[in-house]
Amino acid sequence: METAAARQPAISLEGVFKSFRSGSETVNAVDGVDLAIEQGEFFSLLGPSGCGKTTTMRMIAGFEEPTRGVVRLNGRDVTGVPANRRDVNMVFQSYALFPHMNVADNVAFGLKRKGVAKGEIGRRVGEMLELVELGHRAKHRPAQLSGGQQQRVALARALVNQPAALLLDEPLGALDLKLRQAMQVELKRIQREVGITFVYVTHDQGEALTMSDRIAVMNHGRVEQLGTPAQVYERPATRFVADFIGTSNLVKGTVLGESGGVWRVEVADGATALLADLPEALAAQGPGAVGSAVYLTVRPEKIGIGAERPGEGVSAVPGTVTETVYLGSATHYQVDIGGGESVTVYLQNSSDSALAAGRGDHVWLSWPAHHSYPLLA
Amino acid sequence: MRNRKLTPYVLVLPAWTWLALFFVVPIGGMLSLSLTTGNVITGFQQTFEVGNYADAIGTYWEQILRSLLYGGCATLVCIAIGYPMAYWIAFRGGAYKSTYLLLLLLPFFVSFVLRTISWRFFLSDNGVVLGAFKDLGLLPEGFAVLNTAPAVILGLAYNFLPFMVLPIYAVLERMDPHLVEAAHDLYSDRLRAFVHVILPVSLPGVFAGVLMTFIPTSADYVNASVLGGTHNTMIGNVIQTQYLVNNNYPIAASITFVLMGLLLIGIFSYARALGTERVMEVHTS
Repeated sequence: METAAARQPAISLEGVFKSFRSGSETVNAVDGVDLAIEQGEFFSLLGPSGCGKTTTMRMIAGFEEPTRGVVRLNGRDVTGVPANRRDVNMVFQSYALFPHMNVADNVAFGLKRKGVAKGEIGRRVGEMLELVELGHRAKHRPAQLSGGQQQRVALARALVNQPAALLLDEPLGALDLKLRQAMQVELKRIQREVGITFVYVTHDQGEALTMSDRIAVMNHGRVEQLGTPAQVYERPATRFVADFIGTSNLVKGTVLGESGGVWRVEVADGATALLADLPEALAAQGPGAVGSAVYLTVRPEKIGIGAERPGEGVSAVPGTVTETVYLGSATHYQVDIGGGESVTVYLQNSSDSALAAGRGDHVWLSWPAHHSYPLLA
Repeated sequence: MRNRKLTPYVLVLPAWTWLALFFVVPIGGMLSLSLTTGNVITGFQQTFEVGNYADAIGTYWEQILRSLLYGGCATLVCIAIGYPMAYWIAFRGGAYKSTYLLLLLLPFFVSFVLRTISWRFFLSDNGVVLGAFKDLGLLPEGFAVLNTAPAVILGLAYNFLPFMVLPIYAVLERMDPHLVEAAHDLYSDRLRAFVHVILPVSLPGVFAGVLMTFIPTSADYVNASVLGGTHNTMIGNVIQTQYLVNNNYPIAASITFVLMGLLLIGIFSYARALGTERVMEVHTS
């Protein structure tokens, strides 16, 4: 049993659709999602509000039923099984702590409903409160706790049941920035200690990148990209992902040709940028790809700025600095490269270099071929 | 600076004046009246006659107990009907919540006395309801509701139902719906979610509703005189008769204070039993 369960994904969604009636219209909140979330994984559903991430999570919890498709927990089909009979627990954005019970009773709630023996309830609640460092608050009412403490009670109340997976719906949304950052580290520590699968819904890309083992980036009810934080950040699959995660420069170009495994792309007013590969659809056409339009994407921190034209083997694009923003550890530049396009560059301020350029300077931007990636126009 | 210190006192002045003029002064007057002897013709002398209270309780203990009993029963009927109503409007009312609340209140735009009198027609021995049942042979010929205790209790419950529904509705309506989901998530079916979460969280509303129905129903006299006939008089009827018919002001005033004292004792023990901490708690979620 143990090994069979370990081989199964903790959660899988197969061809899941969910539509809501909104007046006379039908809205597809979730529009065909397939996911397999592995055992013990910290998995994030990331996307803007209305992208379907929360609906997806609520279908895993059992608060919504899919219009079409199958939800499995540890391989077992739970579609149609009500929330109270699903072995997952949820941490709500509003915490949803029971205001009429103290902290210990809140945490014990699930175990009591499951009919666990009294002595064991006491022991497990105690252990769980120690894990979230709230042992000394056991007799307090939720209203007497700070936001961060309430959030840890919500976490303990869900985790104490040792569910197959823990679902977290933007749990840090109501906390201020400092506390949020501290809780990110805390959540990760707790997840490592208990080894339970976490499914984390957030619209905050920084949060998702920091904590997740894998991220599903969602938009318009679909998964745009599924991958590790590094994959999603370094190789966004779609323009939406490139745009949503971090800051990205998106430059329109035309394929010129290939030499030595590197594609040359004409951008702006005749400058040449290099690409290590083309989008699959274009690469399949081979030489036929020449003349096709592509979008070339490059992260601001991958670009160098120089006064001289860089050597061969890197993308080299000339431009004029229109704005510099000094941020202490780094400086942000806005460079007009002609053709109505502007590129953002982040440079670290190291001690041995003065500012690379000032406003109005003519500069050359350069970056290696493997740091820019193509997207279909 | 001195002006600013005075500001809060100036602001509460109207409220204090109101309370002093229309609560403290009359109740002080009543208290002194309850300790007088005499009659309307010779005048009332302040004799600090505590015997008035002994008289009041000794003579009218039956009506006092009946009032508390009828008020209590009417309150229970209000909970039994009002809680499901409030629950349904708050959780199932959707976009029509305000419409349902308006429908609930609509009958109360008609005068209290008129509404009560129309129950007479409704419940009369051979009226629209009982008459029809009797014609069909479903009820014995002698069956009557009017001029019985249930008629008074039903009338009271009907007249004060909104005072039970509204506070319960207010609590349920602003309850975080995620609380119910959290209960389901933590292995509770609908019944257990209600028993362990919805009901306890809504208790402050029930408490407020009980105060707002039990106090006025116990002191009511209209329902008893219109629907109760001669054998179901409540303490309100006694007070009314003593004041307006017999002009026995000292007795009327002492009965009033006895009723007030009993209601206060009742409310405080009720609050204690329920846990004041729980009832007065401000929910932040």
